[in-house]
Amino acid sequence: MTDTFMLIMEILVSGLIVMAGIFGLVGSYGLLKLPELMTRLHAPTKATTLGVGGVLIASMIYFLVFMDQFSFHELMITLFLFLTAPISANLIAKAHMLRELQPKDVPPTGAACGWSTYDETADPSRQPGE
Amino acid sequence: MLRKLFPHPWLTLLLTLVWLALANAISLGGIVMGLILGIAIPLGTAAYWPNRPRIRAPLKMAEFILIVLWDIVKSNFIVARIVLFTPRAALRPAWVTVPLDLRQPEAITVLAGTITMTPGTVTADVSADGKALLVHCLHAPDPEGVAAEIKDRYESRLKEIFA
Repeated sequence: MTDTFMLIMEILVSGLIVMAGIFGLVGSYGLLKLPELMTRLHAPTKATTLGVGGVLIASMIYFLVFMDQFSFHELMITLFLFLTAPISANLIAKAHMLRELQPKDVPPTGAACGWSTYDETADPSRQPGE
Repeated sequence: MLRKLFPHPWLTLLLTLVWLALANAISLGGIVMGLILGIAIPLGTAAYWPNRPRIRAPLKMAEFILIVLWDIVKSNFIVARIVLFTPRAALRPAWVTVPLDLRQPEAITVLAGTITMTPGTVTADVSADGKALLVHCLHAPDPEGVAAEIKDRYESRLKEIFA
């Protein structure tokens, strides 16, 4: 009974690691294949979440079943990943908007002000294009 | 006085718990260190964060987190499929403006992060008055539909969570 259980757990952990590897690879391949920065941004923010997540879940199961210890570290890594991935993606997008795009390249806000990356009203001392 | 010392009591609790989880053990020293950090960090950052976020429905938050987790898994498969099987020429990237009904900065931040983590969309910018989000879609033959789905699936739920 315990032998079968161990075998199932081993297969589960292996399966998760292989799946995570595939997603990591697809995310990296996306960086290579997609045409420009904004589309490239999608591959590493998405496909790799499951890549890293799969490894973390596998690690949790492994330590719980085979080492008899529970670790919170995997949950913390997941939490920090979910907090930092959107912010770095946002900063890369903003830098790209400032360097490569003009306000006319993106749709209007539909509100009174422009997009905060371009809007000069917030800080009148800043020179346009700076 | 108490409010000055603990500008964000829930943040204090959260930071203490995160510290204990990082130490991966519950000890008196860990709790004391966690509390010191939990009190010092909110105090140090209080100037940048003047208002407390008002959360009305904590149970709805649990539902929201589960939906977002499920969507993140789904989005991984969708993006992987686009990367592997959609030829470059067939890709329809698009910018979408999502008008916001949310007004709390914390709620807008959560929505922006959620959009980035979920199917084929990245939040690029917020309008200077905080009334619209600029979203980039990886593959959106129907940009209006994407904006409608974001409002319907995530924003309406966040509106119920944040009072």
